[in-house]
Amino acid sequence: MTWVNAVIQGILLGGQYALIACGLSLTFGVMRIVNLAHGDLAVCGAYLALVLSSALGAPVWATLPLLLPAAFAAGMALQVLLLGRALRHGVLAPVLVTFGLSVMIENLLQVAATSDPRGLNGGVLTLASFRIGSITVSWLFLTGFLAACAVLSGLQLALSRTSWGRQVRATADDTDTARLVGIRVRPVFATVAGIAVATAALAGVFIGTIGTFDPLTGTNTLIFAFEAVVIGGIGSLWGTLAGGVALGVTQVVVGEVNQAYAVLAVNLLFLAVLTVRPRGLFAGHQAREVQEAAG
Amino acid sequence: MSSADLPLLDIVGLDVFYGDFQALFGVSLSVRRGGATALVGANGAGKTTLLRTIAGAQAPASGSVRYDGADITAAPPHRRISRGIALVPEGRRLFPSLTVEENIQVGGAAAASGAWPLERIYAAFPMIARRRRQRAATLSGGEQQAVAIARALAAGPSLLLLDEISLGLAPLVVGGLYETLTGLRAAGATLLIVEQDLRRAMGACDHLVCLLEGRVALAGPVASVSRDQVVAAYFGEGRS
Repeated sequence: MTWVNAVIQGILLGGQYALIACGLSLTFGVMRIVNLAHGDLAVCGAYLALVLSSALGAPVWATLPLLLPAAFAAGMALQVLLLGRALRHGVLAPVLVTFGLSVMIENLLQVAATSDPRGLNGGVLTLASFRIGSITVSWLFLTGFLAACAVLSGLQLALSRTSWGRQVRATADDTDTARLVGIRVRPVFATVAGIAVATAALAGVFIGTIGTFDPLTGTNTLIFAFEAVVIGGIGSLWGTLAGGVALGVTQVVVGEVNQAYAVLAVNLLFLAVLTVRPRGLFAGHQAREVQEAAG
Repeated sequence: MSSADLPLLDIVGLDVFYGDFQALFGVSLSVRRGGATALVGANGAGKTTLLRTIAGAQAPASGSVRYDGADITAAPPHRRISRGIALVPEGRRLFPSLTVEENIQVGGAAAASGAWPLERIYAAFPMIARRRRQRAATLSGGEQQAVAIARALAAGPSLLLLDEISLGLAPLVVGGLYETLTGLRAAGATLLIVEQDLRRAMGACDHLVCLLEGRVALAGPVASVSRDQVVAAYFGEGRS
């Protein structure tokens, strides 16, 4: 039963990784920006939730109606004021800009909030759990996993069914032609960036509720998110969920054997996937066809 | 002079650069409302650059583009589309991961008019109606070209810019596409067509402009220019 338990806990943990990773995947898929500050933006979301939650004297869930729109607006502003401008100077500029942003955020947070680890008030969910046979499932972990599934399904639906989604996919395929057929690329980029930062903030809330966070948590978060995206295959949201779950299960199952090797095993899995299937396990047909069309 | 006599598109003295390289030198041309103009010239003469500049993808260093009486030299592409200019780009440039229908719908993002709803487009291009749920990347070249034209039509244009629609296609397929264009003209569209095949171009259009190394080498009604004149302008013969 230990192993079944480990796999279930791993899947639930994987949902967390997928939630943080989907914004990274979207940003790369549409704008071709690898946002190195994505993890730090998630941590900013956690700190903002902490401030709001203390101010309101309520569990962190009550802050979401304020936090998520604020994060969405911040993401749009970030794209319009910074990343969009950086994009005009080639592919390397946004990487440098987001790296600088990451360093700045981490240091500003240390100044403003000290390096003390913090946790968020998850209310009654924090310690609640239920049992299936001999396996205990935390309501908080399950909520996090379901939230990730809901966000990914919602995004997938919006991308495949709405006119906004069509424009996003067309822009991701070929930005120059998208502009030529009348798509206003800047608003498309801004909304995508807004969604990416809002999902990062939501992930930050779960990170802070399930564990603790400090100003440097963002870097580790980024690495896991990045690995989930690459393992799952760039351009496929369900692949990102699968990638996150693969990371989570590996981490918990190996941790069951020896905790010291858990994170190492995750990184080895990442390297193995990169070696064997560099396009990821579930590379979107999108990515494949673009490559076929180009080659 | 009534507004119907004014040219629909009036370009004066366009200079266009790619970095340090100048692609167009003082190009002027005007397109009559309801007319069809063939834009011909050798590879690298600047035909595609001129179309892209009219569509707003390329900003001119100097000169002006007037459309329907308004100066649109600085307007972004989506504004030009809302005014009624639509481009069928060279190489079709469909969105490979989108279905045929999604490609066409995307073309209507900034539509100038609802003159071309999906049903009308499918009626004009029955061969792509059957493939509407397929990914654009899986279609044959001729079908893809038809989708590219359909995508431009979805914007409800009055001026259609067509860049080398016969490139890489079988003559029979090209013939079908040109028949469709004749139908579009009959419906009141104004066409500016870039075409490598001189005979095809002169057959489908009433006006001809020949570019040579970024300059207008010859311009006039098709009826008044001889094939020899066009060939000379095309290759720059007779220049000292």
